[in-house]
Amino acid sequence: MDIHEYQAKEILARFGVPVPRGGLAYSPEQAGYRARELGGNAWVVKAQIHSGGRGAAGGVKLCKSEAEVQSFAATLFGKQLVTKQTDANGKGVYRLWVEGASDIAKEMYLGFVLDRKSERIMIVASAHGGMEIEDLAHEDPDSLQRMTIDPAVGLSEFQARELAFKLGLKGGQIAQMVTILKACYRAYRDLDAVMVEINPLVITGAGDLVALDAKMSFDTNALFRRPEIAELRDRSQEDPRESAAGDYGLAYVGLDGDIGCIINGAGLAMATMDMIKLAGGEPANFLDIGGGASPERVVRAFRTVLADRNVSVILVNIFAGINRCDWVAEGVVQAYREVGMTIPVVVRLAGTNVEEGKRILSQSGLPLITADTLAEAAEKAVATRLKSAA
Amino acid sequence: MAILITEKTRVIVQGMSGRIGQFHAQDMIKHGTNVVGGVTPGRGGETLLGLPLFNTVREAVEATGAEASLVFVPPPFAADAIMEAADAGIKTAVCVTDGIPSQDMMKVKRFLKRYPADRKLRLIGPNCAGIISPGRGFMGIMPPHIYMPGRVGIVGRSGTLGYEAASQMKALGIGVSTSVGIGGDPINGSSFRDILELFEADPETDAMMMIGEIGGPQEAEAAIYARDHMKKPVVAYIAGLSAPKGRKMGHAGAIISAFGESAQEKVEILSAAGITIAPNPSAMGETMASVLTRRAAA
Repeated sequence: MDIHEYQAKEILARFGVPVPRGGLAYSPEQAGYRARELGGNAWVVKAQIHSGGRGAAGGVKLCKSEAEVQSFAATLFGKQLVTKQTDANGKGVYRLWVEGASDIAKEMYLGFVLDRKSERIMIVASAHGGMEIEDLAHEDPDSLQRMTIDPAVGLSEFQARELAFKLGLKGGQIAQMVTILKACYRAYRDLDAVMVEINPLVITGAGDLVALDAKMSFDTNALFRRPEIAELRDRSQEDPRESAAGDYGLAYVGLDGDIGCIINGAGLAMATMDMIKLAGGEPANFLDIGGGASPERVVRAFRTVLADRNVSVILVNIFAGINRCDWVAEGVVQAYREVGMTIPVVVRLAGTNVEEGKRILSQSGLPLITADTLAEAAEKAVATRLKSAA
Repeated sequence: MAILITEKTRVIVQGMSGRIGQFHAQDMIKHGTNVVGGVTPGRGGETLLGLPLFNTVREAVEATGAEASLVFVPPPFAADAIMEAADAGIKTAVCVTDGIPSQDMMKVKRFLKRYPADRKLRLIGPNCAGIISPGRGFMGIMPPHIYMPGRVGIVGRSGTLGYEAASQMKALGIGVSTSVGIGGDPINGSSFRDILELFEADPETDAMMMIGEIGGPQEAEAAIYARDHMKKPVVAYIAGLSAPKGRKMGHAGAIISAFGESAQEKVEILSAAGITIAPNPSAMGETMASVLTRRAAA
């Protein structure tokens, strides 16, 4: 789960990371007021959306007067900001962060991620920040410092010092960097984060370290014990179809094709999508109905898939282990009747209670297209789609 | 003797008194698994499914000589249950639970390192379908009837894709020695490499089917191991060739993040290591059949 920049900065500041003073605004007028409140003669106005690449997309501006703060804010509010990390719809801007402009001498990069290879938290840092870390990792991998943290001991002082020296820091900056590293690590560990990123971490003209931007992402599996983090969820930043599906225990990702998919298991779902492509079709979505799916959840899956107007055929592919084919079949029949299905439905059932499931489908008298194998199901779905398109 | 489980393996179920735990324990017993008891804190002394319940794993191990445990414990308590099994001397734990926080798994992996090799727990999962040696026993949630006993080992992240592979092979008359679901989480107990190593040493396994997916470094690691240390043939399928880059596809683990983690890159790395690639998910069975035929002819 992602949170906004200003929330990440508040959290990191609480753990001891220095951040610039700033204020949140819900309107252009409030943005102007925040500038006055902060004082000074230059402010940075930043759109708060769950995405990187805001600067290049016109979501961040250095303003020299209150009037400029207010007028720039007016252009942002309610706008869908499209960055290179969002999809073509972009993300809606409903909050702005206004902070005093910083005097920047140098920009560095600092990130904490879960490293799947060492199965530990890894620090990734670079003396050259500001630009996309992916580009830097690609063009000059040696310029990145990496360090993993033993979960039984935590981040040691010597490790933090070593990293600070490797980044070329000097004098009092060493102690500042150690404080920042330990603070980020504690925030990551104590709040069940999966990502903490400060980009850029700047050295000011006075030689001090400040986190000019911050991103945090959290482990959704751990939200049960982090209610203060769960509260920060902002549904305006989510794909409405994906979050609505999530409310019913369905993992849904919308795609560009026209073959709607209802499948159990993420691996089988991906494999089915691969098979559709191979048969000459394009999947409209990824959808995993999860384990132990009730008929109701299957009906909900149909509604979710059908909400996409591009869908011209639905492919149901279930290999039941912890699921039951009879429940899925009941759900298919129920969905067909309830939603007034107008497009063809291809169903492939296998595994637990498969005979019972097939009997329910055939006795329903509905014009369902059945298939016995994965290949047959994908081919029938693609063929049906071509027929209805012709 | 297959790997990890046979009809002799003494199995306990942690969380057996739960609705799901009980349902699957019953199915395991029905299919010949040697289930010897269950663990539910606070219900020690009771009997369930004709078997004794214990308060702790240690008591269960002392009373029954259990060597393996199936962990059917909800996500907030699952990591603790795995560590309890490790401390009580269980040799193989299978954790089906989906949704364990990743830092809990980090702790579990670190905890398991404290035991010497001869009494170290081997963890399978979490978020996996389990393990089955067809006709002999299983620990997990898979439908046992889709597997035919035989001499091919299956190892995969995805449960349902593992079922798909087993049923395609069964349709071609190819049976399974053991099938192992290693689970879809970013941090899991056993890797592809760990399981391939067991199959390579198993006299009852002739070849392996490996089912990977986008995300994570474990397929590439297995490729290098297979190239340098394995004599038995491996067939691999990697799911997610059509997945759009950079999007999360349900499994927390299936996020494309670094080089060698996209499906296409994994296919290239595996082929370069001499592993035969099943070009699509419907061809897992036939690709294995042709590899076995070629091997028999050689």
